[in-house]
Amino acid sequence: MASSMMMLALRNLSAMGLCRSGRWLAPSALKVTRQISSSSSSSGVPQTAVHEDELDEFREQVRLFAQNEVAPHAALIDESNNFPVFSDGEADLWKKLGDFGLHGLTVAEEKGGLGLGYAYHCVAMEELSRASGAVALSYGAHSNLCINQITRHATEYQAERFLPKLISGDHVGALAMSEPGSGSDVVSMSCQARETESGDFVLNGNKMWCTNGTVADTLVVYAKTDAAAKQRGITAFLIEKGMEGFSTAQKLDKLGMRGSDTCELVFEDCVVPRENVLGEVNKGVYVLMSGLDLERLVLSAGPLGLMQATLDVVMPYVHERKQFGKRIGEFQLIQGKIADMYTKLASARALTYATARKADQGKIDRFLAKDAASCILLAAENATQVALDGIQILGGNGYINEYPTGRLLRDAKLYEIGAGTSEIRRLIIGRDLFAEYE
Amino acid sequence: MRVVVGIKRVIDYAAKIRVKPDGSGVDTANVKMSMNPFCEIAVEEAVRLKEKGLAKEVIAVSMGPQASQDTIRTALAMGADRGVHVLTDAKLQPLSIAKLFKSIVQREDPKIVLLGKQAIDDDCNQTGQMLAAIMDWSQGTFASQVAVADCQERVSVTREVDGGLETLSLKLPAVITTDLRLNEPRYATLPNIMKAKKKKIEKLTPEELGVDVSSQIEVLSVREPQARVGGKVLESVDELVDKLKNEAGVL
Repeated sequence: MASSMMMLALRNLSAMGLCRSGRWLAPSALKVTRQISSSSSSSGVPQTAVHEDELDEFREQVRLFAQNEVAPHAALIDESNNFPVFSDGEADLWKKLGDFGLHGLTVAEEKGGLGLGYAYHCVAMEELSRASGAVALSYGAHSNLCINQITRHATEYQAERFLPKLISGDHVGALAMSEPGSGSDVVSMSCQARETESGDFVLNGNKMWCTNGTVADTLVVYAKTDAAAKQRGITAFLIEKGMEGFSTAQKLDKLGMRGSDTCELVFEDCVVPRENVLGEVNKGVYVLMSGLDLERLVLSAGPLGLMQATLDVVMPYVHERKQFGKRIGEFQLIQGKIADMYTKLASARALTYATARKADQGKIDRFLAKDAASCILLAAENATQVALDGIQILGGNGYINEYPTGRLLRDAKLYEIGAGTSEIRRLIIGRDLFAEYE
Repeated sequence: MRVVVGIKRVIDYAAKIRVKPDGSGVDTANVKMSMNPFCEIAVEEAVRLKEKGLAKEVIAVSMGPQASQDTIRTALAMGADRGVHVLTDAKLQPLSIAKLFKSIVQREDPKIVLLGKQAIDDDCNQTGQMLAAIMDWSQGTFASQVAVADCQERVSVTREVDGGLETLSLKLPAVITTDLRLNEPRYATLPNIMKAKKKKIEKLTPEELGVDVSSQIEVLSVREPQARVGGKVLESVDELVDKLKNEAGVL
């Protein structure tokens, strides 16, 4: 899957002087690129072979970008709880991601995107997560939760108005559904949108845990337009930064994913013009639920990247660390652990990409809810376990913040909670599976 | 003016090298391949010449098996306008490559040929010099700075030499080979990778170009470097002198 470099070792290029920062990795940074990758190039059927090669090439480019532009900042982003804003004339990371072309992967070419689909989006999410869980989460909220929802449901006018700046990275996107009192039971939301005589809407209420909320220019926000109709009374709105009556509250201090800004949104008599309704009035639940399925699919690549990042740390370590006169990787107990870690990664990766390919073939149907929930359920729980194993293998070193394993664990845990908890995912899978055999 | 830039597909600089068990060469099966880093610098420099309005067209040329096309695509994604692929499975030596380049140059009529100073697989560092010689062109090797004069008749090339920097003024046309510090190659961005798929790559063969690529050199054997033997801490100067005399035989 990853263009196959089985256990990269270093060719010593320092003697040749091939070790500057920037385009190539300095030898010290090269340690980061040591990886365990899955099978070598595809031996699949001819039709998909080309596609697989292109996906590999794409992964390689994103990996280069992520390792050079994102990974060097990951520790500081976590420590400072700030999304990177570069000074001294350097473009900020949102813009860099945009210039590189990552924001509009799933947007059609005629709308300014790359028209590449979900398998590609998963690769981008995985490789960015491998570099920094927090940056990738913010990227996922922007590119999938916001941009992909807009491109799927927007009118031509809305697409023209909002997409170009979101795709270029000049604007940041977000999505808000959860509320202080409505988490897993999201359709119980109480944020109200009252229709006025002129046909516009007035929003009142709060949204909680909104990724990118502090910096977002464009937000997809769900609110009740018919309180009595329960889920059939939900409408999706496009909220813009600076709208009167819309403000953001304090940035939240999180366990992990630090630097991926999360906050509460506050609506106090916020007037939203009717042209900002995304989809149809009172049909927001379809926008919400189908969006959640695709969100779970794409975000499931986040924990994949975190697992790979753990192996990127662990594999060189078990070669270098010596105890009892041997490299610890020679001990069977350690080998058993890395075997389990690898298998957890490889199995979750296989499920995610198989499901992404199905979605790319247009199979975004009622089975996707179950399959997407399975992807992220497996990947997220595996990632927490793999991160814990990573800490265990590094022992005392794994427990101090000089090594990234602690951050990887804290970042991984988010994926068992965000985009529906593991419990909700099991509920969806069990319920849908039961219904299929009714 | 037109710029021809040569690119070579080599084992990725970060990949682990294995020698084939029979000693006939390096095993390239299932090893990651990339564009030679010095060639990346050459492509970057050519694209910059175009961006400055000095070059009208940048042609990326590679020679080798079918897979060399991937490397040409990378150059196209970085900004080259079109590609030329000389398709051959023969093991090419620098002299053959220089002769192939000569025939390409005669077809394309560039004012500058930009090449990496050497490839990181065979470290030959010969092709640029040979090409300049058989074309009877000026040559500026190990360039760390390239400045084309506005008249487009001369180019100034700064070279990194042992004692410092040497600056040459060359009459165009010229062959320039790139050193490490000339520039920092850009990323191929995703939209440009997509666009590169639509750019043209012309396919030629050595036969069509009338170049004999049979090698004048025979590789007898390829071996791994000897594994490093650990050092030894000695007790006294006398012991050291003794070992230098009797073991190392240098005194």
